[in-house]
Amino acid sequence: MTDDGLLVRVRDLHKVFHRGSERIDVLAGLTLDIPAGDFLALMGPSGSGKTTLLNMLGGLDQPTQGTIEVAGERIDRMSGSALARWRARHVGFVFQLYNLLPALTAAGNVELPLLLTPLSRAERKRHVETALSIVGLSDRVRHYPRQLSGGQEQRVGIARAIVNDPTILLCDEPTGDLDRQASAEILKLLAALNAEHGKTIVMVTHDPLAAQCAKRTLQLDKGTLRQEVVA
Amino acid sequence: MNLAHLIGRNLLRRKARTLFTLLSVLVAFVLFAYLAAIRLAFTLGIDVAGKDRLIVIHKTSLIMPLPISHLTRIAQTEGVTAVTHATWFGGKYQDYPEGRFGIFPVDPAGWLAMYPEFVLPPEQMQAWLADRTGAVVGRKTAEDMGWKVGQRVPIQATIFHKADGSGTWEFTIDGIYSGRERGVDETQFLVHYDYFNEARSELARDLVGWFVLRIGDPEHAADVARRIDQTFANSFYETETTTEKAFVQGFANQIGNIGKILRAVMTAVFFTILLVAGNTMAQSVRERTSELAVMKTLGFTDGKILVVILAESLLLSGLGGGLGLLTGWLAVSTGDPTGGFLPVFFVPSRDWVIGAGFVVVLGLASGLLPALQAMRLRIVDGLRRV
Repeated sequence: MTDDGLLVRVRDLHKVFHRGSERIDVLAGLTLDIPAGDFLALMGPSGSGKTTLLNMLGGLDQPTQGTIEVAGERIDRMSGSALARWRARHVGFVFQLYNLLPALTAAGNVELPLLLTPLSRAERKRHVETALSIVGLSDRVRHYPRQLSGGQEQRVGIARAIVNDPTILLCDEPTGDLDRQASAEILKLLAALNAEHGKTIVMVTHDPLAAQCAKRTLQLDKGTLRQEVVA
Repeated sequence: MNLAHLIGRNLLRRKARTLFTLLSVLVAFVLFAYLAAIRLAFTLGIDVAGKDRLIVIHKTSLIMPLPISHLTRIAQTEGVTAVTHATWFGGKYQDYPEGRFGIFPVDPAGWLAMYPEFVLPPEQMQAWLADRTGAVVGRKTAEDMGWKVGQRVPIQATIFHKADGSGTWEFTIDGIYSGRERGVDETQFLVHYDYFNEARSELARDLVGWFVLRIGDPEHAADVARRIDQTFANSFYETETTTEKAFVQGFANQIGNIGKILRAVMTAVFFTILLVAGNTMAQSVRERTSELAVMKTLGFTDGKILVVILAESLLLSGLGGGLGLLTGWLAVSTGDPTGGFLPVFFVPSRDWVIGAGFVVVLGLASGLLPALQAMRLRIVDGLRRV
């Protein structure tokens, strides 16, 4: 975190894709600040650049131009392997389709990021138990993803995202594949992680109800920020 | 959980596919072990042939005899330290096919001195030296035939009949020799040349099949061979002298270059298995594209992903190859599948090492391309695939 309390500082961010001879400006000079402890919802029509922005905040993709600073580190300049190590330390991802590894149990999936840390087996086990208890799945430790409901799978996904105590939690339409009830539970869980555990969360969503759980909402359109709504 | 656990779980996600690939690799390595044993059997003796021994045969062909009088002149050749001789007897025992074991009339003392790798108990050696109709036989043949020391063995002549027209030669088993090292032929049946020579037809007397000689310095083998062949040049019995290794190799080559044939077969087999295992790994990686992208998202570096995939293919190859070599060893241990025509039938240590090397190479080669693809996978591209 910087002296001004900002966790994320994005300046003049551009991302250009080329499809054949066509040039697509997905992000066009976007500037954004996210303070520590924020819960930010990113909304906008398809193709507005929400997921691309999220990917860049998480170091999954590099900008064509501009700077991204997260917790005082310029991630737009990092090499692939440095970014991988940085992600392991600082970022937790929650995906729309959960993206659990079907060959591993719930505990195995949650433990996966910890294999990159120097923690002992016993310490990893303790962390996994804590993360699964936070998401309310202590009784599903040995279940495989195919034995869980969609909502439970997403809870495992969230447990995996928080197990290494990341600096920022990035959620790409976390309720996009869930029914209303399961969505409400997941949103409640994310709100609790933000309010009670102080996690900074950036969430991409199409769902206005989901966005209401965030502290503020930013509207993107054609790669630029259009509007900010504070809850 | 650890990475090894993850690798194992990934292999088990498509059990049928993994099983069939494992079986393919297993069969390839059983074949490898078996063919290695066959190659050794056909090149019998090449590896254990003495470097300091030369063989003198008739220049025209091995089947043309040489006069035993050559022995004295060979012994006088500069560089020669010992000489002995042997002859192909032919013959068969009971209803066993001819050639089930080789019968050789030899000079007993000279032969045993020339071939110290034939180990005969001293008392059996003394008994044989004193018994003109005696014979010593290799351990394997004795076991196969159920012969014991002291037993009388009638051999039916197929080439050399006795002077009285009889075709039956009776020998007493005076001793059973064993090989000093693995790979020594333990099937030979050795009899006294003197008895054989006196009892056979007068027309064929005083002729031998070939001479074996020892030289003082193997470095000068070519010079000694040239001197011997020059000694008998332009005579009715011209000679051709070669090292024992070249002689045995030439003998094996009469039925074709077995090593080359077997290498060609194994190359085809391994190439096929490489494609099978490579295809399995490629499919496995392709259907896990989004999972690999997730792992990268979580912080697994490209190098770590490469190692995980290579470890998976090495595990597949190691399991299949290891079980294949083990099964091959068990199969070869049951012995010569021809019932006696391949007297030495085992997989030499060198081939076990080569087999283990193939396991590693197969694992790396079959996993390399999928691993490189996985390593180069862009996260955003991988996450788009469901």
